[in-house]
Amino acid sequence: MQQTVTINEVKQSIDVNPEKPLLWVLREELALTGTKFGCGIAQCGACTVLLDGRPIRSCITPIAATKGRAITTIEGLAGAAGQPHPLQRAWIAHQVPQCGYCQSGQLMSAAALLTQQPSPTDADIDQAMQGNICRCGMYSRIREAIKAAAAEATSDSGADG
Amino acid sequence: MGKWTRRAFLSAAALTGGGIVVGLAMRPGRRVDGLTPLVAGEGETLVHAFIKISTDNTITAIVPHGEMGQGAQTALAQMVAEEMDADWSRIVVQEAPAHGEYAFYSIGRGFQFQGLNFPDLLVPTIDGVMMRLADSMNLQITGGSMSVRVTGRYSMQVAGAATRDLLRRAAADAWHVPLQEVVTENSHLLHAGTSRRAPYAEFAGAAARQTPSYTPTLKQPADYRVMGRSMPRLDIPPKVDGTARFALDIRRPGMVYATVMRAPVFGAPVARVDDTAALAIDGVIAVIRVPAAQSKDRVGGFSAGESVAVVADSYWTATRGLRALKVEWGMTPNDSVSSHSIFDQFDQALAAETDVISDHVTGDAKRALAAADSVISADYRVPYLAHTCMEPLNATAEITDGQCSVWVGCQNPLGFRRAIAAAIDFEEHNVTVHNQLMGGAFGRKSRADWAVQTALIAKAIGRPVQLIWGREEDVRQDFYRPASVSQFQAALAEDGEVVAWMNRYTNKFEPPEAPLIPYAIQHQDIGHVESATHVPGGAWRSVDHSQHGFYTESFIDELAVAANHDPYEYRARLLEDKPRHLAVLKTAAERADWQKPLAVGWGRGISLQECFGTIVAQVVEVSIDDGALSVERIVAAVDIGFAVSPDGTVAQIESAIAYGLTAALYGEITLENGAVVQSNFHDYQALRMAEMPNVETHIINSGHSMGGAGEVGTPGVAPALVNAIYDAIGVRIRKLPLKDINLRSLVEGKSLLDS
Repeated sequence: MQQTVTINEVKQSIDVNPEKPLLWVLREELALTGTKFGCGIAQCGACTVLLDGRPIRSCITPIAATKGRAITTIEGLAGAAGQPHPLQRAWIAHQVPQCGYCQSGQLMSAAALLTQQPSPTDADIDQAMQGNICRCGMYSRIREAIKAAAAEATSDSGADG
Repeated sequence: MGKWTRRAFLSAAALTGGGIVVGLAMRPGRRVDGLTPLVAGEGETLVHAFIKISTDNTITAIVPHGEMGQGAQTALAQMVAEEMDADWSRIVVQEAPAHGEYAFYSIGRGFQFQGLNFPDLLVPTIDGVMMRLADSMNLQITGGSMSVRVTGRYSMQVAGAATRDLLRRAAADAWHVPLQEVVTENSHLLHAGTSRRAPYAEFAGAAARQTPSYTPTLKQPADYRVMGRSMPRLDIPPKVDGTARFALDIRRPGMVYATVMRAPVFGAPVARVDDTAALAIDGVIAVIRVPAAQSKDRVGGFSAGESVAVVADSYWTATRGLRALKVEWGMTPNDSVSSHSIFDQFDQALAAETDVISDHVTGDAKRALAAADSVISADYRVPYLAHTCMEPLNATAEITDGQCSVWVGCQNPLGFRRAIAAAIDFEEHNVTVHNQLMGGAFGRKSRADWAVQTALIAKAIGRPVQLIWGREEDVRQDFYRPASVSQFQAALAEDGEVVAWMNRYTNKFEPPEAPLIPYAIQHQDIGHVESATHVPGGAWRSVDHSQHGFYTESFIDELAVAANHDPYEYRARLLEDKPRHLAVLKTAAERADWQKPLAVGWGRGISLQECFGTIVAQVVEVSIDDGALSVERIVAAVDIGFAVSPDGTVAQIESAIAYGLTAALYGEITLENGAVVQSNFHDYQALRMAEMPNVETHIINSGHSMGGAGEVGTPGVAPALVNAIYDAIGVRIRKLPLKDINLRSLVEGKSLLDS
C-alpha cells in the first residue's frame, strides 16, 4: 500500500504493508538505522522516536498509525544547520554512552521531556526515562546530562529574552 | 615472517625478569610488510604492527580488541599516544582485523590463566609454553578484563615507545645529528642544535624500514601526559547522533532477513516442521532447518540442538513467519527438568560429600570445626542469569566465489572465524570476520552460535542474509551464568575470632581463584562438586566471582554478626597482612561515613572483592519503608594499580554495579519442563532510571600492577546489599534475587532458606 510519511521534516511516499512497524520501515526501507531494535514489545525504549513531538515505541507502532503526523528520529535531532541538540552536546560532555546502543532512544525520550518540561525535576526525569533501559547502567550520567542540557537551554532563552 | 617460531620465542624468552613478559606479549621482528595490506590504506605508513602514520600526521592505533562499551579502545590509544609522544588530538583508533597476524598470544595466555599475576603465567618448561602457545594462536579475545592491563601494558605501550625510537633514529640519520639529541613532542621530532622540527609523517617511511625493539624503555608514571587523564572517549560522538554502526546496521546488496528458533528444551531435535502457513505469508522466502554444530570447541560449540529459521524480505515478515510455523520438537531426557529439580540435584550432590574437588586447603578445618565451641553454618544459592545485551544477537553473512564474509559484533573474531569455517566446511582463510561495535556483550558474545547459524543460512539460500534473534530467543537460548549452591561452616573462638572456614559449592568454571578469600583464617577448606545439568553455561560479567562474591562476603558478615563485632572492623582485623585490601576497605568505609548512625529502617553493608587484579570495596546504604526496599547510595573504593582513564574507570564501576544490582534485585532465569520460562524484559527485568542509586567511586592508584576495570564492580554489590538489609531490619537473605522476597512479612533473624 502506498503511504506518505513525514520523517525529519522530509515528506516521502513509500509502498509498504500498513501493519509493518515504524521501526522496521525506518531501518529496512528508509536506511535510517540510528533507531534501534531492543525487545519488540515496547519494554526497553531502544526504538523510541517522536510522533508529533511525543515519544513512542516504534517497534509496536504500525506505519499506518503515523499517517499525517510528523516523525522525528535520532537522525533529525540536530538543528537544521546540523548543529547538535543541547542534549547531544551534554551527552558528550558527560561521557554518557558506553556501548551506545540504547542512546538514540534515551536521547529521543529526553528530548521529548525537555520540550514539555524545560526544567525537569528528578521525579520528572525518572518518569520520562523509566521506559528506557540502559544495560550498561549509565542512568546517573543520563540524569546529569539532561539537567545540564536543561540548564543550558534555560540560560540561552534567558539571554535571548 | 611474522610467524611465531620456536627460535623467535626462545630469543624473546632469553631475557630475564620483566623482559620475558614483553617477549611473550610481542612478536619480535619487523612485520610491517606483511601487515600493510591488511590494515594500511592510501597515504598511510604502517610503522609498527600496531601503529600507522598518515601523510597528514594522523596516528592510528591498531587495537586488537573489540568495543562493547567498556572504552578500552580509547584507553589503549592513550597508551600508544603516551609512549609515542603523540598529539592526542590527531589520534584515531582502528580495530585490528580478524587475522592470525593479530592473534594475541598474551591474551590467550591471560585468558587461560586469568587471575594470576602476569609473570606467574610462565609455566615451568618451554615445551609447556609452546604447547599453550599453539592453543592460543586462534584467540583474539576481548574478555577477562584483560585489554588495558595486558594488551595495553605489554603491547600498546611497548609499540608506542618502540615506534618513537624508530622515528628518532630515522631523523637522527637524516639530519646527521646524534640520536640522543633528537627529542619528540606532540607528534613532532625536534633537534635544538640545528633548530630542526619535523612531523612524524616525514620520517614514517624511514622508520618503517627498521626493526622495532620489543624491549624499549617505557616512561615513568611521573612523566605521563596522556595516561592517567580522562580523555574523552573516541567512540562517543557517533553514539549520540545515530551514526555509530553496529552489526544490526550492516546492509549488503540483495540482502534478506532471517530469524530463528531453537528447541525450547536445550538439545532437543526437530521432529517435524509444518511450514505451510509460514510460506503462505507474503514476503517469506524460505524455511530452513539449521543443524546443530557438532564442535565441542568452546567458542563455536553449542550442544543446544538444531534450529528452524525463517528467511524473508523483512525481519518483521520473518517474525510473522516464525510465529506461523508449527514445529514439533523431539523428546529429550531433560523434558521434566525444572529449577526446583536442579537445586534438589545440587543439594544432593553436596550432601553426598563424595567426589569433592579441592580448591584450597590450609590447616585442618574439619578438626577445628569438630573441636570448636561455636560453629556457624549457612547455605546460599543463586539462580541462572541471562546476559540480555541491549543489541539482540545478529550477524550478516555473504558467501560469494568460495569466500564467506561475516559482519558481527563479537568478543573473539578469530575464534568466530574458526567456528564459522568449521560449520560451513570452508578453509579458515576463506572466511573473513568483520567485527563491529557491540551493543553490549558481557561475556555472551564470546560464543559463536548465532554467527554460525547466520553463515549456515547464507550458505543454504545462496544470498546475503542478516539473521536477527528476537529478544525471546536471546533470553531463552543463552549461555547462562550458572545457578549454584554454596554451603559454609565456620568455627569461632571464644572472642569471636574465626579459626576455621569450610566451604562446599556446586560447579566451577573460571577464574579458579573466585571462591578464595583474602582473610587470614588459620584453617581453610574450600572445595566443590561437579553436578552437570543440561543448561548451557557461560561467562557472565565477572564469571564465577559473580556468585562467590555474594557467598563469601555474605558469610563473613554473618560471622561478624555472630561474633557481635562490627562487620567492617571484623574484616579489617583479618586483613592485617594485606595492606592493599585494608586500604581499599578503609577508604570505602570512611567515604561512606561508616560510623555515622542511620535512621530507623536504614542500613549499611560492606563487601570486599579481589578479582581480575583489582581490589574493590563497596558500601551499600539502603532504606526499608514498610517492606519497600530502596538502594540509596553506593560508595566504591577501587585499587586498580593505575587508572589509564580515570573517568573511564569510574564509568565501568558504575556500569558493573548497575549490572550486579540488576541481578541482585531481579535476575532470575527459571526452568520448567526443561525449558526457560522467561522471555523478554517484562519478566526478565533490568534496573531502570528511578532505581539507580547514587554511586560514588574512589580510585586508588596504588602503583601496583594494573588491574582490570570492566567486571570488578559487579560481584560486591549483592553481598553489600544483603548485608545492608540485615543491618536495617535484621533479616538475613541467602538467596537471590530479592524481587520475590517480601521483606515486610519477614520477622527479625529468620533465614530465607528456612522459609
